[in-house]
Amino acid sequence: MTTPLLRADHVSKAFGGVHALNDCTVEVDKGTITGLIGPNGSGKTTLFNVITGYERVDSGDVFMGNTKITNAPAQRAFTLGIGRTFQLTRIFPRLTVMENMLVAAHHRDRGHGRGRSRTRNPLAGAGAAADRRHAMDLLEFTGIAGYATALAGTLSYGQRKLLELSYVLVADPAIVLLDEPAGGVNPSLINHISDKIRALNRQGTTFLVVEHNMEFVMGLCHAVTVLDYGTVVATGPPEIIRNDPRVLDAYLGLAEEDDDASGQ
Amino acid sequence: MPVRDGGGWASGRRGLRPALAWRGGGILVLLAAAAAFPLVFTNPLVTTIGVDTMIFVGAASAWNIFSGYSGYISLAHAVFFGCGAYTAGIASRDWNLNGNVIFAMLPLAGLVAAGIAVPVGLIALRVRRHTFMVVTIAIFFIFQLMAFNFSFTSGTSGISAPFLVWDPQTFNNPFYYLALAIAVATAALSWLIRRSRFGLQLRAIRDDEGRTTSLGVRTMWVKLSALVISAFVVGMLGALWFYFIAQVLPASGFDPAFDLVIVLMAFLGGLGTVAGPVLGALIIEPAQQYFTQQFPNAYLSQITLGAVFVAVIVLMPRGLVPTVGEKLTSWRAKRASRAAATVQAAGRRKTALAADPGPAVDASAPENLR
Repeated sequence: MTTPLLRADHVSKAFGGVHALNDCTVEVDKGTITGLIGPNGSGKTTLFNVITGYERVDSGDVFMGNTKITNAPAQRAFTLGIGRTFQLTRIFPRLTVMENMLVAAHHRDRGHGRGRSRTRNPLAGAGAAADRRHAMDLLEFTGIAGYATALAGTLSYGQRKLLELSYVLVADPAIVLLDEPAGGVNPSLINHISDKIRALNRQGTTFLVVEHNMEFVMGLCHAVTVLDYGTVVATGPPEIIRNDPRVLDAYLGLAEEDDDASGQ
Repeated sequence: MPVRDGGGWASGRRGLRPALAWRGGGILVLLAAAAAFPLVFTNPLVTTIGVDTMIFVGAASAWNIFSGYSGYISLAHAVFFGCGAYTAGIASRDWNLNGNVIFAMLPLAGLVAAGIAVPVGLIALRVRRHTFMVVTIAIFFIFQLMAFNFSFTSGTSGISAPFLVWDPQTFNNPFYYLALAIAVATAALSWLIRRSRFGLQLRAIRDDEGRTTSLGVRTMWVKLSALVISAFVVGMLGALWFYFIAQVLPASGFDPAFDLVIVLMAFLGGLGTVAGPVLGALIIEPAQQYFTQQFPNAYLSQITLGAVFVAVIVLMPRGLVPTVGEKLTSWRAKRASRAAATVQAAGRRKTALAADPGPAVDASAPENLR
């Protein structure tokens, strides 16, 4: 077995008496789209926060490839190639869409290996021509290029999700953590988003996706991990997970016939 | 790196060219007027207002480079102003400086203020938004107290500037032109910073600092750099002001009204814009001086200032520049659409006369406009 691209190893995290993560081990293999599901409060977002440097773990470790990144600050997680979107999208509302894209652009060198000693004149205009072209390509890819000069605050909710995804991609992350990419988005846009994720995955980007929309997860992911009370309940391909009784029990809140059955 | 506003920028902005030309012309006219001001108005009473105004143009622009772009409202800039004034005072007292050489103390005063901004920033910038503002107020009072109590600041008696034996008729001119040079340089720097990557990072911090950090930006470094740049300019202006009014006292060097006035100037003109603080200072400082000279009751000018502040917050919370800019844009758009409607109507009439079938008209009309 090769080392997984991202690995949270026996991670625990408590908030007061609440064990958000309890000896939780999650692995994401390179080149996959991995789903992370579980009921509300099962620790999905906490796991994201721990991986991306927004929360510190109480115990356990996080690895990116072979690099240990336990409790690394958010900047370092990003520069190591972990991109992340938020459940409630976080964009820069008073910057234009293009400017949003350029905030992350200064880390683009990493993935492309071009211009090692790129001059760093702090007063040079934001976004060299190449950065702008790259940003525009990404905006065209996600389908919001038409709004490049609009203030990001004027975008609709779905467009903001696409913008957040676009600017995370600017730095060519090895893995992108998506926190409910389909949440609150209209169905036609959901298909658009999953198409984009698949296309990026074909080009080599790995994904870890938290989502409540089962159809979305089951149709998109190669592997699914189920969390409940901060612990991994099951992990495997979607078709197996879909029928796993532990998962049905933990997450799908007991199918109605089960309820009836147990009542008898 | 000679990366200019080439293709990428220009292509989307072609329609704005005349606006840019207007703006460039406006700036040139404003600069020429500012340069000619002491030659036209030779009355020292008037040029004194000119000097004070230019000092505030520079200070408000410098304040805006940090607070306007990053969203961290600093009420500690009077610290940098006072430290600049005291640096100049102590240096010229201890080194017995007089004559033109005193102006060499300006960069030194700027450096001292910038140096003080480093620990001030490292402490205050650990907290955000409103807490930051409260911390800066506390820091301000600490410095004022120190000026009152230290022996090297001469306590309550303050420090007097060397007596400059210059012609009283033209005494103000070197001060005016130096303040003008600093103000213009600061506004230019503000413009450069706003369009730079550094400026973009500052404005990203204003919108969502946590998100900016997670995109790999070293936010503390960015905020601190902006504060230090800002403090350097304000420190120089403090030194210039000291030589100009020939005295600094703890309450005049470290003056809480200084902070409030530059904040008001930036808010009136437009927080986070390049022209806003300049415009705000050009309006408020002469108005304040005028009121002070016209009305013997000194409180009247302060009451007016307070009233202006309330009016700005209520009527145009984003300030003159963004509000008027938006009005202009919508007016232009309205005019353009009205013109389009006229052209279409004319086209329709013409084709109606020629008894042409209708549909072709609408398709051709937009082309006529291009």
